[in-house]
Amino acid sequence: MKKIILTGVVLSTTLSFLSAQTKKPNAGSAAARGKKVYEQYCLTCHQVDGSGVPHLNPPLIKTSFVLGDKPTLIQVILKGMQSSVPIDDEYYSNNMPPHNFLKDQEIADVLTYVRNNFGNKASAVTAAEVKAVRAKN
Amino acid sequence: MKTRIVLLGCLSVMTLLSVQGLANNGDSSAIRRTAADPGNAGLKLPAGFKATAIAENLGAARHIAVTPLGDVYVKIQTSKPGKAIAVIHGKDIKTFGTYRGTGMVIKDKYLYASSDEEVYRYALNDKFEVINPDQPEKIVTGLINRHQHESKSLTLDNEGNIYVNIGAYSNSCQVQDRAKGSKGIEGCPIRDSAAGIWQFRADKQNQTYGDGTRYATGLRNVVGLDWNTQDNQLFVMQHGRDGLFDMFPEYYSLQQGNELPAECMYALKKGDDAGWPYIYYDGQQHKKILAPEYGGDGKKTGGENAIDPVVAFPAHMAPNGLLFYTGSQFPAKYKNGAFIAFHGSWNRQKGQKGYFVAFVPFKDGKPSGEWEIFADDFAGVPDIQSPGQAKHRPCGLAQGPDGSLYVTDDVKGTVYKITYSGK
Repeated sequence: MKKIILTGVVLSTTLSFLSAQTKKPNAGSAAARGKKVYEQYCLTCHQVDGSGVPHLNPPLIKTSFVLGDKPTLIQVILKGMQSSVPIDDEYYSNNMPPHNFLKDQEIADVLTYVRNNFGNKASAVTAAEVKAVRAKN
Repeated sequence: MKTRIVLLGCLSVMTLLSVQGLANNGDSSAIRRTAADPGNAGLKLPAGFKATAIAENLGAARHIAVTPLGDVYVKIQTSKPGKAIAVIHGKDIKTFGTYRGTGMVIKDKYLYASSDEEVYRYALNDKFEVINPDQPEKIVTGLINRHQHESKSLTLDNEGNIYVNIGAYSNSCQVQDRAKGSKGIEGCPIRDSAAGIWQFRADKQNQTYGDGTRYATGLRNVVGLDWNTQDNQLFVMQHGRDGLFDMFPEYYSLQQGNELPAECMYALKKGDDAGWPYIYYDGQQHKKILAPEYGGDGKKTGGENAIDPVVAFPAHMAPNGLLFYTGSQFPAKYKNGAFIAFHGSWNRQKGQKGYFVAFVPFKDGKPSGEWEIFADDFAGVPDIQSPGQAKHRPCGLAQGPDGSLYVTDDVKGTVYKITYSGK
């Protein structure tokens, strides 16, 4: 029982913390910048709630790509993704175009944003990590 | 104890709702709970009509066909062994077949079905039951499937021909699909093997491109199509292009991106070109507009040789089913008119549209009035923001022997039967 309360408290604290992040992002914060990039380049396909479009565009909610290996995820942004590649055993019909025109910092910001919204909780992505992956291409 | 947990839960949800942050799964399910309406299987219908769910949880129920004795065949979009086609006989439901796909039509003594690459047909016995579920004839084979717009929807005429949609594996035939700044390919090669309707013989096995005819081209993707017996002509519903605002904000506002291009109904003749990818139809200016990938700016017109639509609907609503109603059960205004199942949009912003079955009255084979919403509330959510929130999405349409209208849902696999009693 205590465990449940504790979980509840931790959960609500986490949620309040997360919502506080989206609530009052400093104009220059990674969260605010990432949200802006998301709304401009990602939202149409992946939707306002990150749920994607069933069978067409993959969700960004707790998928192995979003929560997994950072270089792989960075590569998806840089090179796009073909519809022939399954995501957690599901196929999605639409191709994702490359977004290599985004700056290292913009990619870091939007991935950090995605990895900490829509129910996700994963480490931030830095511009240096994006730069390193881009350099290998 | 429970109260406390619920309270904590409520508090965190309220915190989330109080910020202008993005909607999450939590609050969308909260909306769903309040929207349920058990009457008419959750649908909103004109006065005098009733809906019942004759099957539920079939899986992704795509197109549908009803036999003269009232049995219902439903194509299920799944690759699970033995689950490709559901047969509903009263309360009894059986399945057979192992291939994904959408197409499902009955013509004379055959059931036609399509995978995403092939067309099959099954001989029916005197009770319109499939004689050999494991050994259909393969009518057409080797059709292109590159995942995008892969549905090979079907209809037949009265002269032994079958019409197959082969959708474009692209949004607008750019060098790089959906990439901002990527130009449209001149002499779009996709049109050679896709982006059109192909005609084959209904009774010949193992046909492929060389055996058929490209009946009409310049159609980006057609999921709903039907043969109009009054006109003796093929009618199709095209899924219009995406991304005008996303890729060309210099020419289109967010609002224009939401409202353009029209979802079009075309009446086709052999050899027709509907203009994709070079043009799209602007339902507000009532003009064929040059696609921005091909030098357009939202104003320049184009497609002098491309046909005009017979009906232009609001953008992005994804018409997945088309049926000309020839029954006598519904009131006279519905006779020979068109029902269209709009699967519902994803590529609008700040609110989606569709998720209903529309109706267009016809007289002498031509639209004779404005389109209207016939059956609504499939989504079960007011003010739907993303398609993942929809409880149901209408997809396939069929007419029963008594003139009832059948509608499939490919989210949960509900099959609705809509009847008219006047009460």
